[in-house]
Amino acid sequence: MAVTSPLLELRNLRKTFTAGPHAVAAVRDVSLTIHPGEIVGLVGESGSGKSTVANLVLGLERPDAGEIRYQGRPLAELLTGSGRAYRSAVQAVFQDPVQAMDSRKTVGWSIAEPLLIHRAARGAALRSRVAELLGAVHLDPSLADRYPHQISGGQAQRANIARALALEPSLLVCDEAVSALDVSVQAQIMNLFLEIQQRLSTAMLFISHALPVVRHLADSMVVMYAGAVVEQGPTEAVCEAPRHPYTRLLIGSSLPPDPERQPVRPPSARREALPTAGCRFAPRCVLATDRCRSDDPVLSEVGSEVGSAHAAACWRTDVPALAEPVRRR
Amino acid sequence: MTRAHTAAPGGDTRRSRAPRRPTWSQLWAGATVLAIAALLLVPGWLAPSDPYHLDVSQRFQPPTAAHLFGTDDAGRDIFSRVVHGARYSIGTSVVVVTAAALFGTVYGAAAAWFGGALDRVLMRVVDVFLAFPYLVFAMAISASLGRGLTSALIALVALWWPSYARMVRGQVLSLIKDYHVRAARTLGASGPQILRWHVLPHTYDQVLVRYTLDLGQALIALTGLSFLGLGAQPPTPEWGLLIADAKQYALTAWWAAVLPGCVVFLVTLNFMSLGDRLRRRGGPR
Repeated sequence: MAVTSPLLELRNLRKTFTAGPHAVAAVRDVSLTIHPGEIVGLVGESGSGKSTVANLVLGLERPDAGEIRYQGRPLAELLTGSGRAYRSAVQAVFQDPVQAMDSRKTVGWSIAEPLLIHRAARGAALRSRVAELLGAVHLDPSLADRYPHQISGGQAQRANIARALALEPSLLVCDEAVSALDVSVQAQIMNLFLEIQQRLSTAMLFISHALPVVRHLADSMVVMYAGAVVEQGPTEAVCEAPRHPYTRLLIGSSLPPDPERQPVRPPSARREALPTAGCRFAPRCVLATDRCRSDDPVLSEVGSEVGSAHAAACWRTDVPALAEPVRRR
Repeated sequence: MTRAHTAAPGGDTRRSRAPRRPTWSQLWAGATVLAIAALLLVPGWLAPSDPYHLDVSQRFQPPTAAHLFGTDDAGRDIFSRVVHGARYSIGTSVVVVTAAALFGTVYGAAAAWFGGALDRVLMRVVDVFLAFPYLVFAMAISASLGRGLTSALIALVALWWPSYARMVRGQVLSLIKDYHVRAARTLGASGPQILRWHVLPHTYDQVLVRYTLDLGQALIALTGLSFLGLGAQPPTPEWGLLIADAKQYALTAWWAAVLPGCVVFLVTLNFMSLGDRLRRRGGPR
């Protein structure tokens, strides 16, 4: 993977939202790289800034600082003037499949829309392309005449994927794309994503709060907490040997209940005020020291093998206990 | 395996849209719409005589089979005058509300779409127009352009569009935050494409309801202006003017004022109930 030139690069992205006297740093110094054909999972709890990253990549928001490069060219440049080439190369699949389609347009029209916008097809060619796309996501072509509220959530998400594939994008940004679906349908849609990656070698930025979903799909993953990347690396490495306490917490909370093991520390339901200095995770961390509360940890390599690209932003990665899941007996 | 489950063809989720037998109230609504259309398009077929034909020997005839609504002080057949007057009264109302709805929709959508300072300026202009009492405004227009149906029409359009602008602005403001608009942006749709495909069609339901309700309101306002002498001028058979002329001899020939008044009442009521019917039926498809 590392030998190919990156498809998309995010460098030190920052985005702060202000509402009156309040300022929320939704994204703080996020850097990540997506290679062609690679699925990168982005995990974090709600409010961690992962959807803001999606909006930045999709050009729906502009970063306050930092840079996004697509095939080596800055996004700011790609979106000005004829931003349409980027718009056709990077497509999105959103959380709510029914809301993401216009309720007054048929499913077929919605799938044809990107082709109309980019003048890629018309007339009979347009109709046959829509039927072909419906087939590609395993939907019956007769669904083209239905309205979004007349089909099931799973069918609607397949239709959204068909729409996103219409222009043969090189990158799909999937923002909680399976979160609103039934568990059984979730699995089908996830398999559809894998099938698309294998058949069309489409790269994906797969954003989810559900770690098992990302684990199943992603080649590499990035864990975000409070707007910053706390751990990243190949999915195997991150899931098998997590080094950041927050990653441990995520993995601990998603394992099936086991009376022998107690979870690390349940995530607090109340959103405490985040510290403004030091590690943002320190108030919830079992390992936090004075240094954690004063100095902001930097992302540094933790992999056992050199150059494994596994990195965590934690001062306590040296704690041997972290080689095994943190448990309290 | 997965395919059979999710792609099961068939109509189980399709809402049934089989034609049902129309109800009596639907038939009534349809009949009144047809009757109004006939009044507007082919008054000559419905009117028994020439609305301008004077016959002093026939003056002040009470309603009979020959003169359904009786005759006025010049012996003109009032029923024929009412039939021919529909063009002036209803026709002008339709023009007023159509112009107001079109302009207001575009104006409100533009204010919401561009937002910021332009939005604030545009909406302050709307406030100014809404603050005018319409009679005073109509008198001012009549004074500067001369009395007549055109002056009344201009005054009413000028005062009617702001309510559409406000309504559409509010709708567009909430629509542009909708998921499907966000999705359209990521597809690369341009501003005009988003407005035309994904925003404006969602406002049509409400605009149509208000449009129909306003037809009745505009008819009242227009006949009111004519009644006061600010609208149509004699010998036009405009309904407000018919009632104004008849009020001089209302005690001796009641029918000349009351029957055209009933027509104004019924037509207004029908527009209102039509609008109400559309409003209740409302909601997305």
